[in-house]
Amino acid sequence: MQMDGGTALLKALEFEGVEVVFGYPGGAIMPVYDSMVGGAGPRHVLVRHEQGAGHMASGYAHATGKPGVVMVTSGPAATNIVTPLADAYLDSVPIVAITGQVPYGLIGTDAFQETDTTGITMSITKHNYLVSDPNDIPQVVHEAFHIATHGRPGPVLIDLPKNITDARNPQSAMTWADPIAVDLPGFKPVLDGKPEDITAAVELMLAAKRPVLYAGGGILKARGADELRALAEKLNIPVVTTLMARGAMPDSHELNLGMPGMHGNYTAVMAMQEADLLIAMGSRFDDRVTGRLDSFAPDAKVVHVDIDPAELGKIRTPDVAIRGDAKRVMGQMLEEIGGSAPADHQAWRSTLSGWQENYPLAYEDAEPGAKLKPQMVLERLHALSPEDTIVASGVGQHQMWASQYWKFEKPYTWLNSGGLGTMGYSIPAAIGAKAGMPDQTVWAVDGDGCFQMTCQELITAAVEGIPIKVALLNNTYLGMVRQWQEMFYDNRLSEVDLSGPVPDYIKMSEAMGCVAIRVEDPDEVDAAIERANGINDRPVVIEFLTEPGENVYPMVPGGKSNSDVVVPPFQQKETAK
Amino acid sequence: MIKRSQLTQTHTIAALVENKAGVLARVAGLFARRGFNIESLAVAPTDERFSRITIVVDAESAPLDQIKKQLDKLIDVVDITELSIEDSALREMVLVRLELDDEAKVADVEALVEGFSGSVIRVRGAHMMLSLSSRPDDLDRFLDKLQPYGITALQRTGAIAIPGI
Ligand SMILES: Cc1ncc(C[n+]2csc(CCOP(=O)(O)OP(=O)(O)O)c2C)c(N)n1
Repeated sequence: MQMDGGTALLKALEFEGVEVVFGYPGGAIMPVYDSMVGGAGPRHVLVRHEQGAGHMASGYAHATGKPGVVMVTSGPAATNIVTPLADAYLDSVPIVAITGQVPYGLIGTDAFQETDTTGITMSITKHNYLVSDPNDIPQVVHEAFHIATHGRPGPVLIDLPKNITDARNPQSAMTWADPIAVDLPGFKPVLDGKPEDITAAVELMLAAKRPVLYAGGGILKARGADELRALAEKLNIPVVTTLMARGAMPDSHELNLGMPGMHGNYTAVMAMQEADLLIAMGSRFDDRVTGRLDSFAPDAKVVHVDIDPAELGKIRTPDVAIRGDAKRVMGQMLEEIGGSAPADHQAWRSTLSGWQENYPLAYEDAEPGAKLKPQMVLERLHALSPEDTIVASGVGQHQMWASQYWKFEKPYTWLNSGGLGTMGYSIPAAIGAKAGMPDQTVWAVDGDGCFQMTCQELITAAVEGIPIKVALLNNTYLGMVRQWQEMFYDNRLSEVDLSGPVPDYIKMSEAMGCVAIRVEDPDEVDAAIERANGINDRPVVIEFLTEPGENVYPMVPGGKSNSDVVVPPFQQKETAK
Repeated sequence: MIKRSQLTQTHTIAALVENKAGVLARVAGLFARRGFNIESLAVAPTDERFSRITIVVDAESAPLDQIKKQLDKLIDVVDITELSIEDSALREMVLVRLELDDEAKVADVEALVEGFSGSVIRVRGAHMMLSLSSRPDDLDRFLDKLQPYGITALQRTGAIAIPGI
């Protein structure tokens, strides 16, 4: 079939089953947008800033399990998606980015809106392409989706020079051929662990007296939540769920200790510290989890399972390294264990429950008349929202409180920017998730700093009919930075005050087509949330005026050992530390 | 003079890569981004589809295992082998230009070159151009010997290697 490259791109996206593209037009990508006139190709969501489109693609991908697609023009638009690409790269999210490029013959001439997009994104994509022949489009698109979704997922970018997409340019003429099976001799993900490694791992797992299953985001990528639970139950092994793995194991499960790391709860942090065996499953010993590395989990042997072999031994040398897909490897482990019983963990379990009793995640209630406690707001939000509610968070204190105080019962209900820590992630990510899962309630939990970075996407949500809800925890500060300044810089506050007095978040939200509610009084919290949950025809923003001085606890100070975890002041008197 | 071939402190890696646009930039970019130091890098196509790259890396800068695994993550990298100096065929070439202080020394240099099985490319008065293709440590010795004669320019290729039989 004869066609032009622009039409072929849309056809290729449909061939890959793409339902929605988050994008923004401009010069070099205009031919593709022209091909869309009349409704050809997948649904297009017109964003208000290209960064938003990138995070929407990510949010969509994480919530649905299908790759997200972002399409933008060259130059400034391509550089506007650098942040979401880096974000998706660090969090292993499968997205495919299509960027326009100046005509092939002009590349290298500093043409208008020319940037070296493949060069700029080389280190923040899993792979990228610069296409020169329109006949290659179906196969390149097919390969891009294959690479994005197989092995360790990640972003892939396709740069399309304008001359090969423009119907009016004879260079865009191509003959459509359905893509064939990919032939990539350098890309062969290994899914099953080696039997001898499985045996060695299971031996350690059965013998361990103080084991901890250190569950990471790789489990969700592998869609292995069921296997995680089965493995934990079979061996009676407590689980910690990293920031990227929240929801992989129900928080209500007695074996789930919750989040470890810098702002993890005391028991999860100390369990890893005191373990004699860590089973790292799709996790990567991130510095936010390990704290000071040379004193991290000093007595623990390590079984490390990851689909990316470069993670094995990168930070901590494992005793047993297994390259494979977390779901498949856990299946293999379960089979290997068969009817064998684990060692007795009675003493370990009672140590753990002792810690849980003495140092639960907790905060002090607000004094009468004082501002709202953010933790309380999140607890109420969770209690009053449907069980399958998806929560997307920004970056800062509110992110840590959301992870701590939301009780996740299902996988894929938690979206956040873990690796890059991208402020402004929540609103666009929530929109992407809602576009993919329209029947689920989607809340964005945001800080006032983050909100001001990407709130313009609420216009996208209103116009495109994607009714997300935003819980804006307004503490009038760049709270997380303020907390560090308080704790590590003698409270010398520097450029963290957002008290304004502008913007008026209510007027601002209303102007963008949202229902907006301000809550100052604890007694109004429930009613506001219930009202918001009842609105489904437009986005809603609730601005909660929260305690400006509230700090996130527990906390392992940067560069310190996890054993030096600081519990909240009101718990400190009881500690020996 | 800096010896570029302190072989004990380096690793030699042979990478078979797909001959795609930008593959060298991907490899070099990866080394830069991960803080791996390249001692030398040589690349050329082996056929229509593949190229072979020989990379000599500073062993101090990162564990070899990480370097190999990170390289292997590049989609265009098909295969990676670490090469031992003993077993593999490992060669490097050097081109040298000399300006002798005395034309009479040409014969001395010619004898020296012959001893290394190198070749004299051209002699013009007191100016000489030489080449030697051998093991990198041979090149070091060769250059050491030439040093007193007045080297005005030199270019080494960096090692190329293939696994032993
Ligand atoms: C794009 C970006 N810029 C800067 C930072 C550094 N940073 C991390 S948290 C934070 C403060 C966030 O403030 P806010 O959104 O109000 O949330 P809070 O911490 O108050 O809950 C800043 C500035 C970042 N993570 N991302």
